[in-house]
Amino acid sequence: MFNDKRLRIITGHYGSGKTEFAVNYAFGLAEAGKKTAIVDLDIVNPYFRSREKEPLLTEKGIRVISSSIKGISGDLPALSPEIYSVLQDTSYEVVLDVGGDKVGARALGRYHEYFDREPYDMFFVVNANRHQTNTVDGAISYLRSIEDSSMQKVTALVNNTHLCGNTTLEDIMKGQKLCEDVSTVLGLPIKYVVAEKRFVDLLPKGLHGEVLPINIYMKKPWED
Amino acid sequence: MAKELWKGNEAVAEAAIKAGCRFFFGYPITPQNEIPEYMAMKMPQIDGCFLQAESEVAAINMVYGAAGAGARVMTSSSSPGISLKQEGITYIAGAELPCVIVNMVRGGPGLGSIQPAQSDYFQACKGGGHGDYRLIVLAPASVQEAVDLVQEAFDIADQYRNPVMILGDGMMGQMMEPVEFKEVKKRSLPEKTWATVGTKGKRKPNVVNSLYIDAADCHNHNVDLFKKYAEIEKNEVRVDTYNVENAEIVFVAYGTTARIVKNAINSLAKEGIKAGLIRPVTLWPYPYKAIEEAAEKASVKAFMSVEMSMGQMVEDVKLGANGKKPVYFYGKAGGAFPTPKGIAEEAKKILGGAK
Repeated sequence: MFNDKRLRIITGHYGSGKTEFAVNYAFGLAEAGKKTAIVDLDIVNPYFRSREKEPLLTEKGIRVISSSIKGISGDLPALSPEIYSVLQDTSYEVVLDVGGDKVGARALGRYHEYFDREPYDMFFVVNANRHQTNTVDGAISYLRSIEDSSMQKVTALVNNTHLCGNTTLEDIMKGQKLCEDVSTVLGLPIKYVVAEKRFVDLLPKGLHGEVLPINIYMKKPWED
Repeated sequence: MAKELWKGNEAVAEAAIKAGCRFFFGYPITPQNEIPEYMAMKMPQIDGCFLQAESEVAAINMVYGAAGAGARVMTSSSSPGISLKQEGITYIAGAELPCVIVNMVRGGPGLGSIQPAQSDYFQACKGGGHGDYRLIVLAPASVQEAVDLVQEAFDIADQYRNPVMILGDGMMGQMMEPVEFKEVKKRSLPEKTWATVGTKGKRKPNVVNSLYIDAADCHNHNVDLFKKYAEIEKNEVRVDTYNVENAEIVFVAYGTTARIVKNAINSLAKEGIKAGLIRPVTLWPYPYKAIEEAAEKASVKAFMSVEMSMGQMVEDVKLGANGKKPVYFYGKAGGAFPTPKGIAEEAKKILGGAK
C-alpha cells in the first residue's frame, strides 16, 4: 500500500472525496514511517479543504503546505513558494490535493516542469454518485478536462464511490463497475478502492485495486 | 430516482432548472459561485439564458425585466452581493413580480468572511430595501430540503406575484449531501395576464411599474400589497418541530444551525434534560403560533434562539413568546459555528437559574 511514485497528484470532481482520500493517504504514509508532505492546491473550493486538518496532520509529523496567506478560510488563489521545496527535496513523499475541476486543476500546470523531470502518479478519484462522473462518457470527459488544464496525464483510477454517511456496499460496487468500464476504455489501472472501515470485510475478494480503509475526517459541524 | 451526491449550490441550480427556470442573471461571490457556474454550464444546453452581469445591481434589474415578461427567473448571491441587490428587490416587490433570489449567507458586516453565517435575517425578513414590502423567505436545513423548496419557490412566487428568497448559508452552499430530485407537487397557478409579452394589437399594453405619482394611489397600492401579505401569512407558514412535547427548554433555530441544535438536544437527553426544537422553515411568514403554543405549555421554562449571528431571529421568538416565558439567545457570528457543547452548556445555565 502507498508504494506509488514519490509525487502523487490527487484529482477528481469536487465531491468525489479527493480530499478525504488525500488526507487518509497522507496519514497512511506517515504511519508507514515516511517523511510526508501534503500540498493543498485547492484554490477553487472555499470550504472542506485539506488545510482545515492541518493541526491533526502536523501532529502526525506531516508537513502541510497551502496558501501563503495566513488562515484557512481565505479564497485567494495564492500558492505558497514553499511548494517548490517538497517538489525539489526528494526525501519527501508528497501528496498533492488538487482543486476539484478543470479550473482547479489549472493550478497544477505551473509545476509541470517538475513532472516532466520526475515520474509521478496522478490519481483520478471517481465517485459514481456524482452527476458529472456517473457514466463512462461523463467520467472520461471530466478526466480529460482535468488532464488538459493541468498539463499532466492520469496514471490510475481510484474508486471512491460514496454517499457521505448514507453509503452502502452497493454504492461501492456500482463505482467499481464504472471504474472497470473506464479502465477498459482508457487502459488505466484501478489503483485503490476506498471504503469506510465498516465495509472492508464485506467487499468481495479479488477486486481490481487495493482496498484502502478510511476514517472520515472532513466532517460537517453537526457530525463531530 | 436513486440518490446522488450533490453540492448544495449546484443542487439549488439544478432544482431551479427542474422548476422551469430558464433565465439566470448573476455576479460571482463566494460561497455561492457553484450556482452561476452550474447555470453557465447547463443553460446553453437547454435553450436557457445565463448571463454574468457587470454587477449585482445589473443582475437584479435583469431579473426585474425577465420577471416582468413573465419568465421564470432566478438570481443568487451571498450577503454583500444581496445588499447591492436591495434596490432592485424592493422594485420587484413593489411591481409585484415573481422571482427567486438565493442568498448563501456569509459572515458580515461589510466584506466580513467567506464562512457560513445567518446574519442576513433582518435584511431578508424585515425589509432590506426601502418601503413597506415583504419577501417570502424559505430556510432549508439540508440539501434535499433546499432542492424541494427551490422548486416550490417558483410556484409560490407565481401564485402571489411576489419575490421569494431562499435563505441558506455558506455551509448549505458548499456541503455535499445525498439528494433525490422528486416530482414536486405543482400548484394551480393563475395565468400571467399582466406580463409584458406584446399586445399583438389586441389589447392595451401591460405596464410593469412601482411608481405611483399620486399619494392616494400609492397608499392604496400599499393596502393591496398588505392584503396579499395577510393571505400569505394565513396560507404559507411552515415549521418543523422536534421533541417539543414535555420539553423544559425549547430551542428555536433555522437552517444548518438547527442540525447542530439537534445534537445538543440529544446530548442533553443523555443527561436527563428534556429539550426540544422549533425550526421555522418559513422565516417570513414567521411561525409565531408554534412559539406561542410552546410558551403556553406548562413544561416549557424557557426559549433559546440559536443563530449564527449576534441575535436577529431572537426578536421574532420574543414576539411569539409574548412575555409568557423568558427568551434567551446563544450564537456565534462572523463565520463561526455554535457547537453542540456550547449550546448544551448555555441551556443548563439557563435551566439551573444561573442566568
